Amino acid sequence: MSLESFWFGLIGLLWAGYFLLEGFDFGVGMLLPFLPRRGSERDRSVMFEAIGPIWDGNEVWLVAAGGATFAAFPLWYATMFSGFYIALLLILVLLIVRVVSFEWRAKSENPRWRTTWMLANTVGSFGAPLIWGIALANLVHGVPLNSSHGFAGDFLDLFSGYTVLGGIAVVSLFAFHGATYLSLRTVGDLRERAAAVAARLALPAVILAAAFLIWTVIVAHNRNSRGILPTAIPAALTIGVVGAAVVLSYARKEGWAFALTGLGAIGVVATIFTGLYPRVLVSNPTFANSLTISNAAAGHYALKVITIVAVIFVPVILMYQSWTYHVFRKRIGGEQVRAPVMASREGGGVARG
Amino acid sequence: MIAVASTTVDLARAQFATTSIYHFLFVPLTLGLAPLVAIMQTIWHRKHDDAWLRLTRFFGTLLLINFAIGVATGLVQEFQFGMSWSVYSNFVGGVFGAPLAIESLAAFMLEATFLGLWIFGWGVLSPRIHLATIWIAAAGTWLSAYLILVANSWMQHPVGYKIVDGKAQLTSVGALLSNEFALIAYLHTILAGLIFGSIVMLGICCWHLLRGRNVELFRRAAKLALIVAVPVTLLQLSIGNRFGEAVTSQQSMKIAASEAQWNTCQPCGFSVFQIGGFSAQNPNPSFSIVIPRLLSWMGTGSFDGKIQGLNQLQAQEQQQYGPGNYMPRIELMYWSMRIMAMLGVFMFLVAAVGAWLYRRRKLEKTRWFLWTAIVTIAAPYLAATFGWILTEMGRQPWIVQGLLKTSQAVSPNLTTATIAASLTVFVLLYITLGVVDFVLMRRYARVDPPPADTGAPTGAEAAAALSYGAAT
Repeated sequence: MSLESFWFGLIGLLWAGYFLLEGFDFGVGMLLPFLPRRGSERDRSVMFEAIGPIWDGNEVWLVAAGGATFAAFPLWYATMFSGFYIALLLILVLLIVRVVSFEWRAKSENPRWRTTWMLANTVGSFGAPLIWGIALANLVHGVPLNSSHGFAGDFLDLFSGYTVLGGIAVVSLFAFHGATYLSLRTVGDLRERAAAVAARLALPAVILAAAFLIWTVIVAHNRNSRGILPTAIPAALTIGVVGAAVVLSYARKEGWAFALTGLGAIGVVATIFTGLYPRVLVSNPTFANSLTISNAAAGHYALKVITIVAVIFVPVILMYQSWTYHVFRKRIGGEQVRAPVMASREGGGVARG
Repeated sequence: MIAVASTTVDLARAQFATTSIYHFLFVPLTLGLAPLVAIMQTIWHRKHDDAWLRLTRFFGTLLLINFAIGVATGLVQEFQFGMSWSVYSNFVGGVFGAPLAIESLAAFMLEATFLGLWIFGWGVLSPRIHLATIWIAAAGTWLSAYLILVANSWMQHPVGYKIVDGKAQLTSVGALLSNEFALIAYLHTILAGLIFGSIVMLGICCWHLLRGRNVELFRRAAKLALIVAVPVTLLQLSIGNRFGEAVTSQQSMKIAASEAQWNTCQPCGFSVFQIGGFSAQNPNPSFSIVIPRLLSWMGTGSFDGKIQGLNQLQAQEQQQYGPGNYMPRIELMYWSMRIMAMLGVFMFLVAAVGAWLYRRRKLEKTRWFLWTAIVTIAAPYLAATFGWILTEMGRQPWIVQGLLKTSQAVSPNLTTATIAASLTVFVLLYITLGVVDFVLMRRYARVDPPPADTGAPTGAEAAAALSYGAAT
């Protein structure tokens, strides 16, 4: 395998890690206004605590995917990020308000303050995956590129039936993924409600995911001259996995349901990246202007250097992040809640985020 | 090269400057406060004295409020190279991308994960492991800073590369990582971080001492802050000077501009203050205070050293790179350098006087000093801002010294309307965030530290173990 292919795969892996991990914390964020009974502030705090320790580590997978793209495929990074300028600007705004909401919400007891930052989190949790779904779908669907591989379209070129479906499918899958996560991490009433919501979100998630993935197989064939079979395999597996997650969430197998919604999130990225290979950004209408793993790649020596770094650090990251999940494996939200740990003016909230 | 309207370039520069300066208001406090909080927790761990636990939590809260906004604004930094500067990104990615990728994998991942463990790990992790998490998070922030400065220093002084098909390619990772410029910039930045941490901590302690509450507690914290502040502010004066020498040899234009030195001199006096003399038409100041030979020493380490002048460098660069203006904005450089350096000296004096008062056991009674220390909180923020203005604007017109001009680096598809809109969005968002952050920091800097008995795990949440696969 060439280093260029390795890095294409590794960037896919980083995106898959991002979808698997931040996918459920986005899902929890989406459910914040809807899941708690009568807007219970305590339930919301438990939901925040369920993702509090790990959301930041989850988000770094995105930073790593961005950094890896910059280092391994400078031209891909340059064209994609400049071409998707407005989309990325929106993502940045959404992620920024979401990031600060975790820390700031718990800093006051004022109900309006808390509701504001909760909503900031929710809006970010819906908006960012919606746009990421649209953006990644566009890699396969193709955008107008000129002969020097620069972006030659505008913001509206990013929207088509297929790409918008991609955004909606990702949002729907993440909501389902977040609900299965919560049903696994909480106790009592909240757990019951999370499981019930997971069951309600399951069917739309699998239908949307199936529609998007089947469409991806077709788009990859039509726009990226990929054979049907290579993309159809991950697509079919992913649809099967999400379908199984539906059944398991009906059956209240919480652990398995979460594992499979996670696999589904990974599968969506795997299908997109399989449909994309060996290109990194398809050009449409002029297919010849497409960016590929070879015309976008950095020099061989730089790729070797970052390969060594990745081979060392990715396993280490997997180890300590797994350990983090092990540390925070206990269900939360029982009768008693944890006393605030840090300084607090009014005596503190239930959870810190 | 596709010509991009100069207003677009100006707006893209304004956006980069705004977002970077803003980001760097939060980063250095994290760099300094993280190890200070780790030290406080270590003292508590060793001595089992609850005072240090209270201080750990008090300053830990401030660290986290600050950290959140640093993370949020850091995302913008990584994205906007590609968004606004695609020609730059494509040109440098083969070199500059590597330290950024390594930073996210090796450092940022570590700091984000372990800070989460630290925040939520009280009573969940064993005390030793929990103490380790804050140290690992702090180490992550320091490693992160190194890799980012490796990337930035390559823009100031490119090393370990060759140009292939009009793009920079890495040829030596060793040269990249050991770039003399990067090592000095790193030391300078880490010291700046420790100055931020200790000066902000000192100012907050002095506020509480002035109020006369928790005096015993904040006297101890003030002592720790002073123990750090005195040596780091002193060392920074020397490292800052050493940094100046590196700039003198690698970026002569930057040093000539920051000294408004129009013509080559040997030996050269240091202008402490001057009126006028900032334009080629009017190179002689109407009033100035000059210390003889000092500039020679600062720039070269010798009192007889030669400093090249703006006019000579301009002629030299025109010959080398073709016609054009190769001078940065002289007056801005001159004053940025002086404000930064004078604030550096001022902070050292504050720290030294504070330490002296502490030793004489008069710290909490000396009201003028307490007030001075509170006001001094602003000093590191101003010094860092002017420091980056000097570093980045002093490199102009280059985005990568000698290799690529800023005017040619902007994304060709970027329209003036788009960049104007995004700059407006960032400014409005950042002002809002800044106000909220300031209000929160101020509030949590003024509360009484929490009593030591909060935060013990009540255990009830440990109701049922989460078990993957084995569902009910």
